[in-house]
Amino acid sequence: MSWAIIQQSLPLFAKGFVLTLKLATLGIIGAIIVGLICSLIYYFKLPILTPIVTIYTEVARNTPLLIQLFFLYYAFPILGWRLTASQCGIIGLIFLGGSYMAAGFTGGFDGITKSQIEAGQAIGFTRWQLARYVILPQGLALSVPALAANVIFLIKETSIFTVIAIPELTNTALDLIGMYYHTNEYLFVLVIAYAIILIPLSLILTYLERRVRYGTFGH
Amino acid sequence: MSTPLLTVSHLEKSYQKTHILHDISFDLDAGEVLTLLGPSGSGKSTLLRCLNGLEAFQAGTLTFAGEVITQKAKQWQQLRQQIGMVFQSYDLFPNRTVLENILLGPLKVQKRSRETVLPEVEKLLQQVGMRDYRDAYPRQLSGGQKQRIAIVRALALKPRLMLFDEVTASLDPEMVRDVLTIIRQLADTHQMTMLVVTHEMDFAQQISDQVLFLADGRIQEQTPGPQFFKRPQTSRAQNFLASMDF
Ligand SMILES: Nc1ncnc2c1ncn2[C@@H]1O[C@H](COP(=O)(O)OP(=O)(O)OP(=O)(O)O)[C@@H](O)[C@H]1O
Ligand SMILES: [Mg+2]
Repeated sequence: MSWAIIQQSLPLFAKGFVLTLKLATLGIIGAIIVGLICSLIYYFKLPILTPIVTIYTEVARNTPLLIQLFFLYYAFPILGWRLTASQCGIIGLIFLGGSYMAAGFTGGFDGITKSQIEAGQAIGFTRWQLARYVILPQGLALSVPALAANVIFLIKETSIFTVIAIPELTNTALDLIGMYYHTNEYLFVLVIAYAIILIPLSLILTYLERRVRYGTFGH
Repeated sequence: MSTPLLTVSHLEKSYQKTHILHDISFDLDAGEVLTLLGPSGSGKSTLLRCLNGLEAFQAGTLTFAGEVITQKAKQWQQLRQQIGMVFQSYDLFPNRTVLENILLGPLKVQKRSRETVLPEVEKLLQQVGMRDYRDAYPRQLSGGQKQRIAIVRALALKPRLMLFDEVTASLDPEMVRDVLTIIRQLADTHQMTMLVVTHEMDFAQQISDQVLFLADGRIQEQTPGPQFFKRPQTSRAQNFLASMDF
């Protein structure tokens, strides 16, 4: 393993690192928004929208991200939609992640006990007040562990973006390997780069899980 | 005679195919304490839940303060401010402090101002011996303390009728007395109208103006309290009291 080769590659990896972070952040924020909306539609059994949400989550969770990206990248232009590779990546991540986040939030909402809801009803809460003061705060707190797992999962999924040639971390490594054949060095940097993102994040999320649990639950 | 605060007439309740309550009829006058006794599974909780709209019933009429209850969600939401209910499991909101738990109803539901509500709530907290706990979270309280707060939370809405469903059933024996004393004071000094389900027979005897004895989802007898505990009318009630070691 040669330090010189590693050093030379660092500027390129830095660009990939920033792009991975940027795409993952946008995708995850979008996924959380989509997931929360879907889970609320599902929880309150809103007419018309509920079956649509069900179909969406089933499709998104049961097709590989790879296929979803190909679809966005190659099929959408045929329909007249031109998207850049990065836009496809973000949309793909939101599409996939939204369904996972929806499942996470739904799990949280389902974890609220019936007696908590009845306690809210018994003091005269309207439907909206029940959502605002009981269902949302408790459901969100209960879904934090699942959401944290999804965040890590979605960051790792960005490595698939390489198939549509988005120059994120994995793509950068594969490109460099293709050109210069220093496989060991480039894979080493790649692993370290993901570790720099994922290990601190994972620690932060674990801390957050504990905080929320302690601050909200545990009677 | 004034009209009763609550009239239940020919109420029928079933879950899918199982018929739970049969032809339940009784009156409850303002200021009266009615205890609901009966073996496990006789339908006591179900009846109480019907009176607070937590369960729908299939036939019969409820009249509260002269108003017929139509079982519309909106009407129940309004009525629950006048019919308070306390459960066996307390169910304080775990993410809110004691004071917030209590204030949500008066401030958000009834839209009263904090300045008028706060002194009332502090007085209630004082009465139940919980004045020093207003900023505590439920997880920091014992079962008995939680139940006292749950009672204050219901009372803060100034209800005209209180429903208590075995509120001491999950408490350690030494805490039971405190909670029962509070309920008794509510009857004695505030003339609160109450419907009480309990397995504490001494307490039931002290507090009951009337006893409604329920078995198999039917009212077996309705008897004034002192008489019920001395000489119940039906043999089922006699056996029940005997089984309760009373
Ligand atoms: N959600 C439900 N679905 C179907 N059956 C129910 C439901 N809730 C209660 N039951 C049935 O209704 C009957 C009456 O139950 P209920 O809880 O009212 O009895 P209870 O008198 O309060 O008993 P306990 O003293 O044990 O609290 C029981 O046979 C019970 O199995
Ligand atoms: Mg019961």
